[in-house]
Amino acid sequence: MRIFDPHIHMTSRTTDDYEAMYAAGVRAVVEPAFWLGQPRTSPESFYDYFDGLLGWEPYRAAQFGIQHFCTIALNPKEANDPRCLPVLDELDRYLAKDRVVAVGEIGYDSMTPQEDEALARQLQLAIAHELPALVHTPHRDKAAGTRRTLDVVRESGIAPELVVLDHLNELTVGMVLDSGCWAGFSIYPKTKMSEDRMVEILEEHGTERVLVNSAADWGRSDPLKTRKTADAMLAAGFGDDDVDKVLWRNPVAFYGQSGRLELDEPKPDEEATFQGNSIRRGGA
Amino acid sequence: MALPTASPAAPPDPHPALIAVLDDTARTWLDESAAQVAADPVAVRRLFPAVRRKCGHGHLDAHWSVDEAARAALLTALPLRGQALADEVARLHRHGDPAEQRAVLRALPLLDLGDLALPLVREALRGNDTTLIEAALGPYAAAHLPDAEYRQAVLKCVFCEIPLDRVTGLNTRADRELARMLADFAHERIVAGRAVPQDILPFVQAFPDVVGGRAELQHALTDVLKEEG
Repeated sequence: MRIFDPHIHMTSRTTDDYEAMYAAGVRAVVEPAFWLGQPRTSPESFYDYFDGLLGWEPYRAAQFGIQHFCTIALNPKEANDPRCLPVLDELDRYLAKDRVVAVGEIGYDSMTPQEDEALARQLQLAIAHELPALVHTPHRDKAAGTRRTLDVVRESGIAPELVVLDHLNELTVGMVLDSGCWAGFSIYPKTKMSEDRMVEILEEHGTERVLVNSAADWGRSDPLKTRKTADAMLAAGFGDDDVDKVLWRNPVAFYGQSGRLELDEPKPDEEATFQGNSIRRGGA
Repeated sequence: MALPTASPAAPPDPHPALIAVLDDTARTWLDESAAQVAADPVAVRRLFPAVRRKCGHGHLDAHWSVDEAARAALLTALPLRGQALADEVARLHRHGDPAEQRAVLRALPLLDLGDLALPLVREALRGNDTTLIEAALGPYAAAHLPDAEYRQAVLKCVFCEIPLDRVTGLNTRADRELARMLADFAHERIVAGRAVPQDILPFVQAFPDVVGGRAELQHALTDVLKEEG
């Protein structure tokens, strides 16, 4: 079984996670730029983070046979802090880089005017850079927030097939699929969405334009939820081809629209370094 | 014996060689991009990172890879001078991945920057990436890096196992103090029973008095001279 996790924050995970993910079948991941659980207070913190998403983290992933890509954006939560807004002026530099396969995570957190502005501007950047957009939907007031997000996406002029709305549930999936956008689901241990509920959604709405991710980060989360969803699909009677479509071909099709998804399995190399630094301990 | 010949004083502008290897699509992209940069320097911020997937990244010649040469073409198209040019180049370096940083460092001798880009050279020399250290020690560093820093950079190359024939300017900048530092390094290695990189010995030999009364060191030098015949 080959698995592509289209949304996982590997910067927060350990090398044990990488090992377990490879053993479970994960061969490629996309790491969206997001917040760190504690607010950043200056643009330079973002630039170091973006550099890590493009440098150190792909190196780490490659040591475990996993291809790592990323999405770059000013996330909605931190778009509310005026100290962080200059990041928007430097995104052009990062969106032009080879391993950036979408603009994201953008979207709404508290649906403020500042978030409106950041979302609209970054959808225009996606159009200018011919990239897909990964759009986060709010945890609070989700249905209203999802409707409003779809309105902003429509007004932006971006093609709906270039947009995924993420963290959906039973109440928001219908309107997203009807809009022509992709529907993303984050499978969590306790909140958001479980693998069994996910299987029911797939039974009701089909496998077209659906992405399943673990969204694992620094919080309670599980980087193997993609595999566990695949197993739940098989147990419920879906076939191997359905699993391959949802867990591999769909994310490849979505992010492949960037033209930058080069999938060749990296060969782990004990001697490899990134800028002279390695994941060996006691060594360089 | 003669000192090893370091790279020529300045690698020629790679543009003619680059144009010869690019296919039509890549050449058109590069020409149009250079024109955009010449008309609006801010455009370089989104064009410079895109070079590898637009033009490729193979080997061009002894000095340049294709992406480095293409990125150099974008930098030389910048219609900026002095501090404004240095600032734009420094920010491309700051936000660049290692390949972009190498391209900036290799292009420095093609840009009219005076001493303004020395901070970029120093950053590479502080790091551990041997490809960046090597790229930093081209004709720009040979012309602008102060003596003490240049000597330390050469010694760092010896520690990082960067062959000294990849360091520009040694034939004119190697002095007695550098010879002393290399002799002390070689002596330390010999006493520890470890191998001495052979490419440092000619620089020591050029200033025989730095060997002093150290018989083991003199012995190592004599061996090299014998091998050289």
